[in-house]
Amino acid sequence: MALATRTERSPSLIGTLWRSTVGKKAVMATTGLIMLAYLVAHMMGNLKVFFGPGEFNHYGHWIRTIGEPFLHRTWFLWIARVVLAASVVLHGVAAYQLSRRDLAARPAKYERKRARASYATRTMRWGGVILGLFVVWHILDLTTLTVNPNAEEGRPYQNLVASFDRWWVSAFYIAAMLALGLHIRHGFWSAAQTLGANSPRRDRAFKVIANGLAALLTLGFLAVPIGVLTGIVS
Amino acid sequence: MNLTLRIWRQRDAGSAGAMTTYEVKGISEDMSFLEMLDHLNEELILAGDEPVAFDHDCREGICGACGMVINGAAHGPERTTTCQLHMRHFSDGDTIDVEPWRAAAFPVVKDLVVDRSAFDRIIGAGGYVSAPTGSAPDAHATPVPKPAADLAFEHAECIGCGACVAACPNGSAMLFTSAKVVHLNVLPQGAPERESRVLDMVDTMDAQGFGGCTNTGECATACPKGIPLTAIGRMNREYLRATVKGRG
Ligand code: HEM
Ligand code: SF4
Ligand code: FES
Repeated sequence: MALATRTERSPSLIGTLWRSTVGKKAVMATTGLIMLAYLVAHMMGNLKVFFGPGEFNHYGHWIRTIGEPFLHRTWFLWIARVVLAASVVLHGVAAYQLSRRDLAARPAKYERKRARASYATRTMRWGGVILGLFVVWHILDLTTLTVNPNAEEGRPYQNLVASFDRWWVSAFYIAAMLALGLHIRHGFWSAAQTLGANSPRRDRAFKVIANGLAALLTLGFLAVPIGVLTGIVS
Repeated sequence: MNLTLRIWRQRDAGSAGAMTTYEVKGISEDMSFLEMLDHLNEELILAGDEPVAFDHDCREGICGACGMVINGAAHGPERTTTCQLHMRHFSDGDTIDVEPWRAAAFPVVKDLVVDRSAFDRIIGAGGYVSAPTGSAPDAHATPVPKPAADLAFEHAECIGCGACVAACPNGSAMLFTSAKVVHLNVLPQGAPERESRVLDMVDTMDAQGFGGCTNTGECATACPKGIPLTAIGRMNREYLRATVKGRG
């Protein structure tokens, strides 16, 4: 007699991943890396602000035409926006669900416990919340121009300078970029570990790259508000 | 030396517990931490009090039973098991806090004793290999490459003590589970269950109410056997590979 075999249909790949802590963390790592890759490009584009309104506005215009004539105008931009929006949402929902679970799994504290983990590691959750709020503000300010004092469609340079001329906008931006640096410092190495790319031999290299990326992004993004505040960009 | 102990006392799983203070005198620095607790218990018994319940068995650092959190660190200040921790690492007049492992998946049974059977259920889900029984196999029937043997051995050192869970801010069992998965998955003997092992053990780990991993690294710092943090990365790779490949 043949042995009984399992007949139930195996669950879908995505479903299996989303249901387990390891898989959900892999979704977080993947979406985190997508956002990270975008931020590297975004940071380099921002630096064009130091070459004057002509060059920066031209760059802003070009973004809308990437992919032409194969893609219709702004299609590439919209594809990028959809991928990024999906990444932010998946990343945030996974972070929320996993954090809820983690807190429930450790209900009691110890009498005296010195945290051994680094500052970057301990601030991933609150740093992530700051980044999430920042993303919302940033889109309302410079994409939809809802809260921008200049709000001239097609003139990103002027909008940017007008926005950063308000000191508290620059202050929030600077705080968010420091949070970003910390998030990447732990996050990039963590993603390597989560996706199974890490090994004893590569561990140091991933930490060095994580610190490098964190420093590069933070300094690159900070240059713009500092440029406006010091009058180099006006 | 004379010490002040603040120990978690809890009558049973259902009652509320509290830290209770005891003074112990004349402790030798050559005593192990468990011998110091034995000494306290003898005094408690003579005084007609209930002795402090704690788990222990081998007292030579290999069974993993003697888990307790000492001054906020799993197994205390040295990277070893509580039975192998000696009182010379403390000074006369110290106040020492002693608490049970804290994790939702490890409920307190009494005082410092917790129920770690969640680990047994993870092992039951895949911590084995299929082998023909009846006749003894030839010793060298299955060649094992030296690097694989070394890697398996490094991860086989896990004694299931639970210090990783106790130290983790998320009460996660990833270091324990990954030690077992890596140990068996790198060996040819473990190959037939390579995919089902990691899928089932991770599923069971989640079902027991352990938290997820945030790569904090507290586990590997606390592990008395030096299971490396990269074990978790290796298990993540095995898990993702198995999800794509299917149960095999
Ligand atoms: C929407 C706001 C965000 C929230 C709430 C958030 C939250 C988190 C949390 C809680 C973690 C897990 C930390 C840990 O496991 O220790 C994490 C990991 C990570 N985040 Fe974010 N984050 C946000 C935005 C971002 C952004 C904008 C990036 C892009 C650069 C990013 C990149 C990463 C990476 C690469 C990881 C590592 C994934 C892993 O640990 O495997 N995050 N995030
Ligand atoms: S991994 Fe280390 S700390 Fe965790 S159960 Fe095994 S021996 Fe104990
Ligand atoms: S009593 Fe066996 S390891 Fe401590």
